[in-house]
Amino acid sequence: MLLEVNDLHVFYGRIEAIKGISFTVGEGEIVTLIGANGAGKTTTMRTISGVRTVAQGSIKFEGQDITKMAPHDRVKLGICQAPEGRGIFPGMTVRENLDMGTYVRGGNAAEKAADLEHVFHLFPRLQERITQLGGTLSGGEQQMLAIGRALMSRPRLLLLDEPSMGLAPMLIAQIFEIIKQINSEGISVLLVEQNATQALRTARRGYVLETGHVVKEGSGQLLLDDPAVRAAYLGG
Amino acid sequence: MPDWLIIRTFWELTVTGLALGSIYALVALGYTLVYGVLRLINFAHSEIFMVGTFGALLASSQFLSIPLLEDGNYPYRTGMTLIIFLVFIMLIAMLFSGIGAVVLERVAYRPLRGNGDAFGAIVLAFLTAFIVSLVFVDQAKINVIIALLATAPISYAYMRFFKQGRKAPRLAFLISAIGASTAISEAVGVWSKHGRDQYQTPRLLEKKTLFTMFGTDVRIDYAIVIVGALLMMTALTLFVNKTRLGRGVRAVAQDAETSRILGVNVDLIIIVTFALGGVMAGGAAMLFTLVYDQTRFNIGFILGVKSFTAAVLGGIGNLKGALLGGLLLGLVENYGSAIFGGQWKDVIAFVVLLVVLMFRPTGLLGESLGKARV
Repeated sequence: MLLEVNDLHVFYGRIEAIKGISFTVGEGEIVTLIGANGAGKTTTMRTISGVRTVAQGSIKFEGQDITKMAPHDRVKLGICQAPEGRGIFPGMTVRENLDMGTYVRGGNAAEKAADLEHVFHLFPRLQERITQLGGTLSGGEQQMLAIGRALMSRPRLLLLDEPSMGLAPMLIAQIFEIIKQINSEGISVLLVEQNATQALRTARRGYVLETGHVVKEGSGQLLLDDPAVRAAYLGG
Repeated sequence: MPDWLIIRTFWELTVTGLALGSIYALVALGYTLVYGVLRLINFAHSEIFMVGTFGALLASSQFLSIPLLEDGNYPYRTGMTLIIFLVFIMLIAMLFSGIGAVVLERVAYRPLRGNGDAFGAIVLAFLTAFIVSLVFVDQAKINVIIALLATAPISYAYMRFFKQGRKAPRLAFLISAIGASTAISEAVGVWSKHGRDQYQTPRLLEKKTLFTMFGTDVRIDYAIVIVGALLMMTALTLFVNKTRLGRGVRAVAQDAETSRILGVNVDLIIIVTFALGGVMAGGAAMLFTLVYDQTRFNIGFILGVKSFTAAVLGGIGNLKGALLGGLLLGLVENYGSAIFGGQWKDVIAFVVLLVVLMFRPTGLLGESLGKARV
């Protein structure tokens, strides 16, 4: 398994936001966590990136225990995230934002240029906007930038937190297409979504989170067909 | 034409105002950098400046063994010797202030950020025990012994308390800042050789006119201050925009959480930020002693308040704002005191601040380090 989360407990202030969840992401898989607001999806993602402290349980990456590892060491191992709300640096240009993806890895100019080329191939729009400030981009462009920036770190596991949030339906379809394309290049993806239908169609497997617990898991298709899941998350 | 002092001496006031303003600007950078990254007004920054002036004093009088007077004359140096000495003194002052700022962050602020920080908890526990014991016993040795004995249990309690990554409330940082400020200046006032008296710094530089501009003699020390400050600010701008760590500083200022997710070591960046601010203050401190030839344990106080004013005037969190605010404040103070008299100098500075904030609440250049392209 690439990522193994085992009996994870995380507190958010005094509130226990994650109450013992377990899930896995295999090599080359797209796995999705779906659930309502406040189910603990974003907290889970931030904990995997290392910016929330684990109270109990463990996280393993390629068999190595990373439960207490510093965030920058996790990026070094190949875990990078496009966070909820995109987290674009508003006062940096598109180029500088992308460069932040290589902050930990470093790498020589030729490598960076190649990665940049690759990101521009996926998102031609970013190339057009390269000297523009991050804060002036549209929501869709910012999402592309957030994903592109994460890709610049050459991740093994890409964490995507609500990539479809606030986007027009056409853009959403485009983003999910690109997620599949990234995955086909061998990068595993953990996808958190409120747009459960799209997420389950894209993912191989999914987990349903409810108030800090995993209440259901299975293949994407299985969850799509599950009447309870349909009623709760897929609008009937 | 009225024969106001300001008209007769306009250019002279401009030159001295720019020199004073450059020093304000350099110190203001420290306030602005730390505010940008931590959203914290580091009130102890004024004492980092003071520590720098003592660094300069130590460098010239101790390390270089330069006396105040040589055979009844100032110990002037010339040519290459002078340049090497000045650079050396500046580096030592920067070192003092830089280290001072980093230690300050480590002791006064990092424990409050609540990373389950053992070192911070121990220091804090020791200080708590020491201060509490002062209330009961009036003998320094016994105080220290009591404090040492109590350190272990209290730091354990602090560790428990901070364990969940709990961050202290904003007010705690402010109180810590004010406390550290008083502690540093009082420590120098109590323990340094001349205590609370004024210290003369050796006058290495003969303060003669370098050139004449608009009928005004420009003294060499003012010219060095202005040029030195500009060079330091250019270096800082290059560092912040062109180096990896500098990009980290900008990233944390704009979005600390995302920076951490992308692998920026935020604790390291905070240390770098304090060090940068300290180095700038150290440079300012050396330039200050170059012009005024003196220092004192509380020299930082008013200058610190003014520099903070300069930072707010220009727009706190904004590097260009610190430069603009500093220079403006220096000029306004000088012109103002020529018109109204020197005793109004400080009043003028703060009235200007109030008026500017009334119309531009975020300062002249507005945006913070976060939003601005520094």
